[in-house]
Amino acid sequence: MAESGPIVTATELNIVACSACGQVVKLGAEREGAPCPRCAAPLRHRKRNVYSRSWALLISASILYVPANLLPIMRTRTIGGAPRDDTILSGVVELWTAGSIDLAIIVFVASIVVPLVKIATLAMLLITAQRRSSWARRGRARIYRIIEFVGHWSMLDIFVVALMAALVRFQTLADITPRPGAVAFGAVVVLTMLASRRFDPRLIWDAAPAAASAAPIDEVHAVAADAAPASPDQA
Amino acid sequence: MANHAIVICEHCDAVFQRPMLAPGVLARCTRCDAPLYRNRPLDLDVMLALALTALIVLVLANVFPIVTLQVSNTEREATLWGAILATYDTGVAFVALLAALTVFFFPLLQILLYLHVLLPMRWGLRTAGFRYSMHVLRAMQPWSMVEVFVLGVLVAVVKLAGMAEVTPQLGMWGFALLTVLLTLLNSFDLHQLWDIAQERCDG
Repeated sequence: MAESGPIVTATELNIVACSACGQVVKLGAEREGAPCPRCAAPLRHRKRNVYSRSWALLISASILYVPANLLPIMRTRTIGGAPRDDTILSGVVELWTAGSIDLAIIVFVASIVVPLVKIATLAMLLITAQRRSSWARRGRARIYRIIEFVGHWSMLDIFVVALMAALVRFQTLADITPRPGAVAFGAVVVLTMLASRRFDPRLIWDAAPAAASAAPIDEVHAVAADAAPASPDQA
Repeated sequence: MANHAIVICEHCDAVFQRPMLAPGVLARCTRCDAPLYRNRPLDLDVMLALALTALIVLVLANVFPIVTLQVSNTEREATLWGAILATYDTGVAFVALLAALTVFFFPLLQILLYLHVLLPMRWGLRTAGFRYSMHVLRAMQPWSMVEVFVLGVLVAVVKLAGMAEVTPQLGMWGFALLTVLLTLLNSFDLHQLWDIAQERCDG
């Protein structure tokens, strides 16, 4: 990491990077929401209505999390046996007892842990940002990037159910059908994804000790450039 | 141009000068540690090749069955659309819709939009509706979930293995390959595409 002088924010300089095309624009007389000269997307220092929209989506997601886990997500009917309803958790147990411990862990993490952790983390991020807390800013910024990155993996069970329903259709012998729990579960995944996309991580840093006065652009200090570790997408 | 003299961290709003980086190096924000930008030239030919291959692979992955299941003398095979329709038939239309959008329509639309944007650009022509295509392309990225679907196939195969004989088919390899191609394609920075388009128009 390089030297860290006082950080100057774009808001203080009244410049903004277009969220759609990355163009840096000086907001002069234009107000928030003026169109980007390059791509016409509205230019804003912060996303709009973050708290009301994120909370609405997040509360809906946490309410639906209950039926998503309690209601069965699929029903298996086999010849000579009573139909069996599976919830997400019983599906994990089934994988575990069948000996696929690695897959059982993957499904458990993707379907049960990730949505729960995501809801709790977003609630924490929203509360701390609303209170303008200075607690662990860097850590909160990192955890937000992580939940953004892993969120869509929770859709796993939706695809498993759809595939099993397509494969196991032997009229009288056996068949598998999706149950309403799958609908609630899919909704939870979509709602948490929407909620975390609505959050604006810049709010974590607002009210951070600002530079004494806004520095002119040429005094803005240079960025740290660490050599990227060998990664597959390295040029 | 001012655009290239400074960089604003999208994650914490900090402003930095934008130094030239050695090839392949990633610049990170000193305040919040988010990645800022990477010195990685955007090669239109590579992107085009990836998009074209992805289109062909997507077609193949959808035409061939993903897995077959054998119980006594009956055999069933599943394609992606078989799975979507089976889910729809059994009354959970929302689940069918999610699968159709995230594994079929969004990836397909992504690939077509890449081709639509890149083909004229490659030969220095104007792309009709460039702005609109780029905005849709950006909005689509988080909702395209082929990689999750591939893991889902794996889990379904293991779950059914105790019940019947399950064999992975060509479609499964198609989706696996499509995952790799889309990951590579999406690793390119769309902002750079805007920069290239702007240079072409100005110059």
